[in-house]
Amino acid sequence: MGKSIQELEALVSQTRRDIVRMVHAVQSGHPGGSLGCAEYFTVLFHNIMKHQPSPFNMEGENEDVFILSNGHISPVYYSTLARSGYFPVDELATFRKLDSRLQGHPATAEHLPGIRIASGSLGQGLSVATGIALSKKLNKDDHRVFALCGDGELQEGQIWEAVMFAAHNKVDNLIMTVDVNGRQIDGDTKDIMGFENLRPRFESFGWNVIQMNGNDINDVQDTLSKACVLSGNGKPICILMKTEMGNGVDFMMGSHEWHGIAPNDEQLASALDQNAETLGDY
Amino acid sequence: MTNLTTLEKKDKGERCSDDLTELRQNKKKVGVIYPALAGSRKKNKFQNEFPDRFFQVGIAEANMMGLAAGLATAGKIPFTGTFANFSTGRVYDQIRQSIAYSGKNVKICASHAGLTLGEDGATHQILEDIGLMKMLPGMVVINPCDYNQTKAATIAIAEHYGPVYLRFGRPKWPIFTDANQKFEIGKADLMESGSDITIIATGHMVWQAKQAVERLRSEGISAELLNLHTIKPLDEEAILDSVSKTKCVVSAEEHQINGGLGDSVAQLLARKMPSPMEMVAVNDKFGESGDPIELLDKYGLGVSDVVTAVKNVLSRK
Repeated sequence: MGKSIQELEALVSQTRRDIVRMVHAVQSGHPGGSLGCAEYFTVLFHNIMKHQPSPFNMEGENEDVFILSNGHISPVYYSTLARSGYFPVDELATFRKLDSRLQGHPATAEHLPGIRIASGSLGQGLSVATGIALSKKLNKDDHRVFALCGDGELQEGQIWEAVMFAAHNKVDNLIMTVDVNGRQIDGDTKDIMGFENLRPRFESFGWNVIQMNGNDINDVQDTLSKACVLSGNGKPICILMKTEMGNGVDFMMGSHEWHGIAPNDEQLASALDQNAETLGDY
Repeated sequence: MTNLTTLEKKDKGERCSDDLTELRQNKKKVGVIYPALAGSRKKNKFQNEFPDRFFQVGIAEANMMGLAAGLATAGKIPFTGTFANFSTGRVYDQIRQSIAYSGKNVKICASHAGLTLGEDGATHQILEDIGLMKMLPGMVVINPCDYNQTKAATIAIAEHYGPVYLRFGRPKWPIFTDANQKFEIGKADLMESGSDITIIATGHMVWQAKQAVERLRSEGISAELLNLHTIKPLDEEAILDSVSKTKCVVSAEEHQINGGLGDSVAQLLARKMPSPMEMVAVNDKFGESGDPIELLDKYGLGVSDVVTAVKNVLSRK
């Protein structure tokens, strides 16, 4: 069952190519965080979630649901949705262009399959995911809700409102992942709003916390599987996922600089050289 | 001074609670989400009957709006409830992105709107909420005039798919509309027929305007009164029909002059039927503590203010 590690790695390589090509084409978008989360998205959508890409059902009843809170990493989200069957891969070429369903930040208004909520203004997705999780409990639907937010995003107060609520109400069908890349638009998170020791912070709020290396595909596979086993035990689950912003493209790694800028032609060529075309470019 | 002693009075929050309970009993997918004000609001009846569908969120309105968006995504019909100030201004971005832009079927029920909140003062007396909410694409904005109309509106918005802002007040207010009325979103109620002037009022100001109509009648002025319970979508047809007959308008609302009902009516008339108009509204000021009726009088929303506005606009005809 599921894809082999080799198949997942091929998908990750292709997704990285999609990300840099999409952002390069319109000279805008957010490649850094997108690249850092390529393994997470790939494993989650191809090997962990029980979901139905087509026909897409907004309510998501009787399937696992994913909510992206840090909407600016839309390139990795769109690539993953397309390559797991939600919409044609060719549509990635319309990213951020007029009349596209692939808005700069994810939106429902254009009815892109796979998107259930608009995100971009930070801090809101965990609340939405919790609402869907509550609904699943009311419906006696034992599927799970996955959510992703950034570590810089934890500076938003609404996140902690939702963290309190989910623990108090034992929303244990909720698996939130925090992309701990240590960077945000203005620099390193530790310099901007020192926020270390995330594990005890979440534990003290009543969450079950596990950690993984988000750029180690085996670890991602094992930890997400473990999170599923841990769910349903009275506590929401938080996965602290260590990643490298810009992972897989050497000149984008080790800095916050590539949070939200696009590569030029030369840089694109270098990025593509580092990531093989495994499944065909869009 | 306005006389509030002649009719049975109830606050509209009680009505909302009774109606939600009725709706749920009729197997609607209704849920209620409340911040830690349930005691001061009136959702207790629903909470007692359907505890699994009542979500107490604590003092955390942003999360409340996000939870509502999530529940709606999954097909439920969430009703959020808190004071109007915390239902709009405090959570504007959450409503904008997660509810309005995302097209979610959330019903934002907001009590304690306007000056008539009274003694709590300007921190809580929001007078900008209609403007904030009507600017959001796709948002329906409703401000019923009494207890019975709030009941009818609560049921009607559950039947409507899409985000709705339902605004009501805190004070016990006269009940003067039919207990079994049918509420049609976007359709103005003709409360009084007249030929000299059209008064367009919403919320508590409908009662003020009704009294003004009586006073004007005694002076030989025939005023038509439209209860515009739905500010958006605006009942353009009803307004234009009336103004084409009377040739002048007064709007009356418990809201800032900028961004409210009068603003919508003026925009319509400027485009389709330019006519003399006066606006009874709060003129770019914050409120203050005090008795609700004294506040209405001090801030230019008394019955005599409506009468004066009518006379002013008649002189411009």
